[in-house]
Amino acid sequence: MSDFILEMKNITKEYPGVKALDNVNLQVERGEIHALCGENGAGKSTLMNVLSGTIPYGQYTGDIVYNGKTCQFHNIHNSEELGIVIIHQELALIPELTIAENMFLGNERKNKFGVIDWNETYKQAQEEMKRVGLKEKSSTLIKDIGTGKQQLVEIAKALSKHVKLLILDEPTSSLNEEDSKMLLDMLLQFKKEGMTSILITHKLNEVAYCADKITILRDGATIETIGNPNHNIDEERIIKGMVGRELTNRFPAREHRIGKEVMLEAKNWTVHHPVYTEKCIDDKVNFKVHKGEIVGFSGLQGAGRTELAKSLFGRAYGSHISGQEFIGGKEVHLKNERDAIEHGLAYVTEDRKVDGLVLEDSIAWNTTMARMEKVANKWGVIDVPKENKVAGQYVEKMKTKTPSVQQHAGNLSGGNQQKVLLAKWMFADPDVLILDEPTRGIDVGAKYEIYQIMNDMVAQGKAVVMISSEMPELLGMCDRIYVMNEGKIVAEFRAEEATQEKILAAILKSDDKKVEG
Amino acid sequence: MKATAVLKKYTMLIALVVVIILFSALTGGRLLLAQNVSNLLLQNAYVLIMACGMLLCILTGGNVDLSVGSTLCFAAAVSAKLMSDGKPAGMAILASLVIAAVIGLCQGYLIGYVHIPPFICTLAGMFLFRGAGRVVLSSQTINISNQTFLKIFTSYIKFPGEQNRAVTSSLIICIIVAICITLLQLIQRKTRVSRGYDVDPLPAQLIKLLIIDAVIIWYGSKLMQYKGIPVMIIWILAVVLIFAFLTSQTTFGRYFYAVGGNEKATKLSGIDPRRIYFWAYFLMSFLAGFAGLAHAARIGSVDGSMGNSFEMDAIASCFIGGASAYGGSGNVSGVVVGAILLGVINQGMSIYGLADEWQYVVKGAVLLAAVIFDVVSNHKTGKS
Repeated sequence: MSDFILEMKNITKEYPGVKALDNVNLQVERGEIHALCGENGAGKSTLMNVLSGTIPYGQYTGDIVYNGKTCQFHNIHNSEELGIVIIHQELALIPELTIAENMFLGNERKNKFGVIDWNETYKQAQEEMKRVGLKEKSSTLIKDIGTGKQQLVEIAKALSKHVKLLILDEPTSSLNEEDSKMLLDMLLQFKKEGMTSILITHKLNEVAYCADKITILRDGATIETIGNPNHNIDEERIIKGMVGRELTNRFPAREHRIGKEVMLEAKNWTVHHPVYTEKCIDDKVNFKVHKGEIVGFSGLQGAGRTELAKSLFGRAYGSHISGQEFIGGKEVHLKNERDAIEHGLAYVTEDRKVDGLVLEDSIAWNTTMARMEKVANKWGVIDVPKENKVAGQYVEKMKTKTPSVQQHAGNLSGGNQQKVLLAKWMFADPDVLILDEPTRGIDVGAKYEIYQIMNDMVAQGKAVVMISSEMPELLGMCDRIYVMNEGKIVAEFRAEEATQEKILAAILKSDDKKVEG
Repeated sequence: MKATAVLKKYTMLIALVVVIILFSALTGGRLLLAQNVSNLLLQNAYVLIMACGMLLCILTGGNVDLSVGSTLCFAAAVSAKLMSDGKPAGMAILASLVIAAVIGLCQGYLIGYVHIPPFICTLAGMFLFRGAGRVVLSSQTINISNQTFLKIFTSYIKFPGEQNRAVTSSLIICIIVAICITLLQLIQRKTRVSRGYDVDPLPAQLIKLLIIDAVIIWYGSKLMQYKGIPVMIIWILAVVLIFAFLTSQTTFGRYFYAVGGNEKATKLSGIDPRRIYFWAYFLMSFLAGFAGLAHAARIGSVDGSMGNSFEMDAIASCFIGGASAYGGSGNVSGVVVGAILLGVINQGMSIYGLADEWQYVVKGAVLLAAVIFDVVSNHKTGKS
């Protein structure tokens, strides 16, 4: 008999009209790293919410057996007391508080009078931080450290709760490759120390690298559990389980028909930080995109790619902007976002929840938002039935899964939200689309569909700029790739000559140069 | 639609009916006497008018305008002063509206473009314009005797030669309105069906129309028994209908929901949030000025404490009417129901003879209950 730390048996959870989980079974052995894979909406997060008590006992059916005992968690404290800690995709840290304050939030180190013992707090925080390899001082404010380090603080926080079963929901979705590797290695280290982890991720190479077993969920049901003893599982094997069919090619084929016309060009484009105006974010950037071309931007977090895109999009970012911007060969001086849209530019934001969609508004409203005049008369009176019809057409075209266009965007899964966001910008009918991390945090099936949409757009003679931190997708999709580092373009590759190694080397070399200089 | 969905959609309307029945019983039917029914809207005209503007402010992110009670007083004071100096009514009205518009320009500019927090900016305005109003009045009460002015806001619509009792014109007009609404709705339904758009099931729509018609005709029959249709109702209807149209049917109105829902996304969609904030506070102040004129005409005089805490009535109406305290959701029809609900409670308590101090307690409790209901029910449906 195997030694299971956790067994979830026949878990079923129904929401009105939807069966989110249907007799799901999950068995996790003590001391392993167990990956949970599945498309968006497959039920991974719901399952973990059941486990952590976020969905309390009584609202689901089935049993949770933890350490041999059947448990009934009514809230997150119940599960944490037994050492089950979940770290969510969206970090739950307060920027204005210190690392130590965040770490013991709700779990403060107090003396016998109930007053917080700050000395003990900072000392203990420092100890936990050492375990995760954080060299900051525990009195540093969260807002002053990067996302990668914030993720480590979350893990240190979990450790301070004497965690026995650590659940990580997409821990690397906002990390670059280097930080991701470090985090995974840390999990492997914890495993040696006897900790059990459940890892939810879309990045299959990470699954192959560190998971011992992989459970695949699809449409709220357990499909299979695969062993990965040698850490060399074929990614296609996992994909097959997730989508129920084999994706022979992860990137849809495209006819490369690149025109001579330059659709968007920047010359000596320089952007400074909006608040710390002396800080140069983008330094004399030159690039161009042709008609029918997909151009990729690779680089680490903070390389200045998003800022470049936003500043070109009607100066939505930055100060002291200088340089020239050309759209369709003509120099333009865009005053604001509206101006950019009217010149045929679209910027699809990197974070759909923060600055992409209005989550409490309907799909229909979100779809027409950037170009409402297209469904309104000249007096600004909206033709609501027409708006619904148009939105419905995009839902159909993009295979967005939703009961109706009246559905609130916030009720959709990540991949479907991304489709609504894309629909919004396709409705604006631009000539040049800048896509910032268009496939972040969405599943393989939806990714493929979004790639397909990109291909359709260039086939119509539009130009696409794709900013992405996932090198395989840049290599798979783009005609040309620019590599950025520290606000400068440090290399340019044609797709056929580019490799992950070359791109990384270009970034590292430019760092070396700086040290020498 | 399922029963629970109907219940949820019309909660406040149902609450209104319950409250009316409750107070009718408590007051031995006096609440529904013709005179009281007629007065209900007249007494709450300022709330209904200002709540429409307040909705825009609240939509932008749960922000409120605290200065409207003072703006109302200031605008009314200017009119009263000018008319007491013998100036014509038209000039007085224009001056008041210009003052209100200028106040709106300033507050809108400061909040929208200088990014002064609305709460602080309008708190300052609340003191400023209250003071300015008193300066204009020289801290005295000014009576309004200009008949043209009073007529514009407080007269009643009558056919020539009609007397104050049994004003059949009001019943006839209401019946005509009811018929028009019914026809328009059915024609609209037909065109929508022919174009293949979604429509409510026929029985549901017919029941809805029947209820609306019944209420309008019942209301007409009440007005018939007391002086007829007040002109004030036309003013209220004009404001309410314009704002209902703006918020639900135009791109301009949609922007307020977008800004309140997600300001960053709105900006990146090419909509300037600064402009939206500006318009919210500009229109609010303008409406406050207009409400000031209406209220002054109804009272017949203006003093320095006029409009005290009126802002709270407007804000409360919005929240009782289902506007989200976080911005981004709410609509004019809800706000109107909220304002009437508040009005009925006020009037009911007065007729019942509840002590003033207890009236405050009841009003506070109703507001709190409404917001708790809103937050809890949204929470259950999974929002935020």
